[in-house]
Amino acid sequence: MNPFDYERAADAAGAVTTVTDRPDAVFLAGGTNLVDHLKLGVAEPGLVVDINRLELTEVEALDDGGLRIGAMVRNSDAAADPRIRRDYPMLARALLSGASGQLRNAATMGGNLLQRTRCVYFQDTSTPCNKREPGAGCSAIGGYTRYHAILGASADCVATHPSDMAVALAALDATVVVLGATGERRIPVTELHRLPGDRPEQDTVLEHGELITALELPPPRPGASTYRKIRDRASYAFALVSVAARVDVDTAGRAPVIREAAIALGGVAHKPWRARAAEAVLRGAEPTAETFLAAADAELEAAEPLDGNRFKVQMTRGAICTLLAELTGVPEALPESTTEDTHE
Amino acid sequence: MGHSLHLTVDGQEHTLVVDSRTTLLDALRDRLGVMSAKKGCDHGQCGACTVLVDGRRLNSCLALALTHDGAEVMTADGLAPEGELSTLHRAFLAHDAFQCGYCTPGQVCSAAGMLAEAADNAPSVVTEDLEGPVELSEEEIRERMSGNLCRCGAYVNIVAAVRRAAEESR
Ligand SMILES: Cc1cc2nc3c(=O)[nH]c(=O)nc-3n(C[C@H](O)[C@H](O)[C@H](O)COP(=O)(O)OP(=O)(O)OC[C@H]3O[C@@H](n4cnc5c(N)ncnc54)[C@H](O)[C@@H]3O)c2cc1C
Ligand code: SF4
Ligand code: FES
Ligand code: FES
Repeated sequence: MNPFDYERAADAAGAVTTVTDRPDAVFLAGGTNLVDHLKLGVAEPGLVVDINRLELTEVEALDDGGLRIGAMVRNSDAAADPRIRRDYPMLARALLSGASGQLRNAATMGGNLLQRTRCVYFQDTSTPCNKREPGAGCSAIGGYTRYHAILGASADCVATHPSDMAVALAALDATVVVLGATGERRIPVTELHRLPGDRPEQDTVLEHGELITALELPPPRPGASTYRKIRDRASYAFALVSVAARVDVDTAGRAPVIREAAIALGGVAHKPWRARAAEAVLRGAEPTAETFLAAADAELEAAEPLDGNRFKVQMTRGAICTLLAELTGVPEALPESTTEDTHE
Repeated sequence: MGHSLHLTVDGQEHTLVVDSRTTLLDALRDRLGVMSAKKGCDHGQCGACTVLVDGRRLNSCLALALTHDGAEVMTADGLAPEGELSTLHRAFLAHDAFQCGYCTPGQVCSAAGMLAEAADNAPSVVTEDLEGPVELSEEEIRERMSGNLCRCGAYVNIVAAVRRAAEESR
């Protein structure tokens, strides 16, 4: 680990000024991602600004019926909050399906959103990686790609965003509240992370020195919702594919009709992937196995899997259909596999 | 650069000067000689370094010591003050819940933390009713202990595999 200066921030504005003023400074929250990267040599800051004593630890009700969650609320505390469990079960489940009990006790809401990819080449400084070192090349393309993207990737980077929590936040239309040198701004969580394009080193739209102070959830919306994660182990592993979904079905008429659906996918793209094409198919349709399949296919039409992750297209299709069937109580009728499963 | 750090570890107070890079785990083991917390992976993946910090279980290998200035740290040693074994320690003994024992201090701390979390009604991902009371079924315990990996856990299976290979190559 390279030597670095250490400072403990007393207040949010001070933390922002300190980091803004030094290009080589970083914020330290729970440290479960950053300290790992310090050890690996993936991050080599000159100054670490510890934000653990900032008073960003409240979960507060908003006037409009929504919820404001401080950036330093620990993942385990957010998941245990009675309002989140009751009104946003999808978020509680996503939080609880991430990492382990110990890690969730340390991990914060802000840090979880800004955790970096788990692409093994990104974490291995002996291999070329455009995200670590712009222009170096991408070791994943043509390499081991089981955990890589099938949607929205570029020729420069095929990494996925690893957060579970962020997927639920994308489906919930959460807002990220950010404090910068020139004041506060609010960013829809679906617009926080970038697709890689030709600048994969830039994970988000945040400027250097901008501090996430809170996440805001809109008032709870009607319908059944949950989060489902598919992984290589029963627990304590990153998602191969995950789905956060909410469906609101109108059962007043002769045939039930989907009023509204919100779906976001994890493990498939460089950012939490809001499945707007699937949502458009579902809106106004009758909830049937055929509808769900058509919705999944509409979203996955754009999929461009790699040699090592072709199985994920079918896996995502299955995950979407199964979850929608569960949430609406419709018996599922999954199609036969149309793609070749790759088991490595 | 040296920074002053104050920690209470297993009931004992310490003041020491550490480099900014020192993790809580390294401060415990290399500076204070508290060997109960183990270093396994050093990357948050195995749970061997689990300790209780102000009553909550954490991976001490991913925590900078300075972040926890002033904290109360409890290791598996401290959970057995003056060698008086806790219920948890005794249960581990009674059920032979270890082979080499390397992961055991972390398992014990994690179990202590987990039992407190469950007593607080904190849900896990396998809790069916997120709002209901938590009942510690076997599935719940497995899920809640999943951050602690035991490399001896597959012991019997490894023996069986080696035996099979030996038989097949005879
Ligand atoms: C073994 C292991 C398994 C894991 N499994 C999962 C999993 O299955 N699912 C999952 O979602 N996650 C998983 N994680 C990741 C874990 O959830 C993240 O490391 C954690 O959420 C990061 O939060 P933190 O507070 O520790 O962030 P830190 O490590 O402190 O910071 C991460 C990044 O965010 C920046 N940052 C932090 N807070 C702010 C802020 N308020 N404003 C601006 N910048 C900020 C830091 O500068 C740093 O760049 C796993 C981690 C490990 C080690
Ligand atoms: S996929 Fe992205 S993060 Fe992984 S090696 Fe390629 S450029 Fe780096
Ligand atoms: S040594 Fe800390 S988790 Fe493995
Ligand atoms: S008993 Fe040996 S590592 Fe668990």
